[in-house]
Amino acid sequence: MIEFTFWDILRNLLLAARWTVLLSIVAFAGGAIAGLTILLLRISKRRWLRRAAEYYIGLFQGTPLLMQLFLLFFGLPLLGFRIEAWTAAVVGLTLCASAYLAEIWRGGVQALPSGQWDAGSSLGLHYIAQLRLIILPQAFAITRAPTVGFLVQLIKSTALTSIIGFEELVRTSNAINNATFEPFTVYGLVALIYFVLCYPLTRYTKILELRTARQH
Amino acid sequence: MGYALDFGWLNGAIGMIASGAAMTIFLIAVTTVAGVILSIFGAAAKRSRYPILRKAIGAYVELIRNTPFLVQLFFIFFGLPRFGIRLDPVIAAMLAMTLNMTAYTTEIVGAGLDAVPKGQREAAAALGLPAWLVFIKIVLPQALKVIFPALTSQIIIMMLESSVVSQIAVRELTYEADMLQARTFRAFETYFVVTIVYLGMSIGLRRLLFATGRRAIAGGMA
Repeated sequence: MIEFTFWDILRNLLLAARWTVLLSIVAFAGGAIAGLTILLLRISKRRWLRRAAEYYIGLFQGTPLLMQLFLLFFGLPLLGFRIEAWTAAVVGLTLCASAYLAEIWRGGVQALPSGQWDAGSSLGLHYIAQLRLIILPQAFAITRAPTVGFLVQLIKSTALTSIIGFEELVRTSNAINNATFEPFTVYGLVALIYFVLCYPLTRYTKILELRTARQH
Repeated sequence: MGYALDFGWLNGAIGMIASGAAMTIFLIAVTTVAGVILSIFGAAAKRSRYPILRKAIGAYVELIRNTPFLVQLFFIFFGLPRFGIRLDPVIAAMLAMTLNMTAYTTEIVGAGLDAVPKGQREAAAALGLPAWLVFIKIVLPQALKVIFPALTSQIIIMMLESSVVSQIAVRELTYEADMLQARTFRAFETYFVVTIVYLGMSIGLRRLLFATGRRAIAGGMA
């Protein structure tokens, strides 16, 4: 039996935390790109496109992320894709993030007075230019706090990918726990690492919220 | 396409899915009631005049909100036995869910309390109502009415997140799905059906809460 000191446990957990961070970053970036597409559909002038985006968002917000991950992990191979835990984790979290981000940003777009659109048209800008130059910059600016808040949620959600076998922080901690039988220390440290990752972002969200509140 | 979907197993599985769904509903019902009551105390304590109490509630809220539910669950289920606290999986799940829920709803209820205009309190006090009655009869119903949509969303998020407690072998919906797919070897179909059940439950729960809750809060307490 290998002996684990406290420092061995901490070192291994920190090494595993890299994967949690990487997965969060990739999923957030992917989710932002996909979310922008969903947002464009969601605010489109065509009813059926809006409807489709609404159902997409409703589907991802109305089902457990764990089920979404299971469906991808077991479902994609049926369509002939070879899938590894990493792929399923990235795809699952990206899709889920896109739904949440699109909904957050839609709130921002709809909070803008319609005069902003009118002003854009009166300047002779076409739809895409109005979005790019006038609407989206403002919508992103006023939704910065909930967007960062969602990043915190996303970091915490990466813990679920341990269940489909992705070697991130929680999965590593399960393995260490099985070797050391010190669940209190191991899971305590895991909680601490997540806290260190998330708390600064939460503080930042608070600051952003206060700043927005002061502007109004 | 080399793979044909097969839902033939579904007939024999409805009982398991129903009992799993019943467990999920039971868990979320307990959590909602306990969480909302505790968070009313939590929100009131966070606005009390004792700095220690305010700090303690604040620390608890931040700690829970900045760590994953799965880790909290493992900590409670695997970590606490070290102090001789050995919990049944269902109890551990209810405890973890309630602790998690309370942290979020404390903030929500608090926002509702802050939203009630000060004049309401003053008017009630001027009518000679004691402080606790002012809180229960005047402030709280108005606060709950304001936060009702946010509270509903939080309850649904918690219900969806409760799928995680399958990991400590609580026999809820996800756990039954795991069992089913191990038996039928139809993983995709099983999780597909169960995902639809979750979707139906979250839509149904939202409808139910909006249909009954709002009126009950406004009419029942005031």
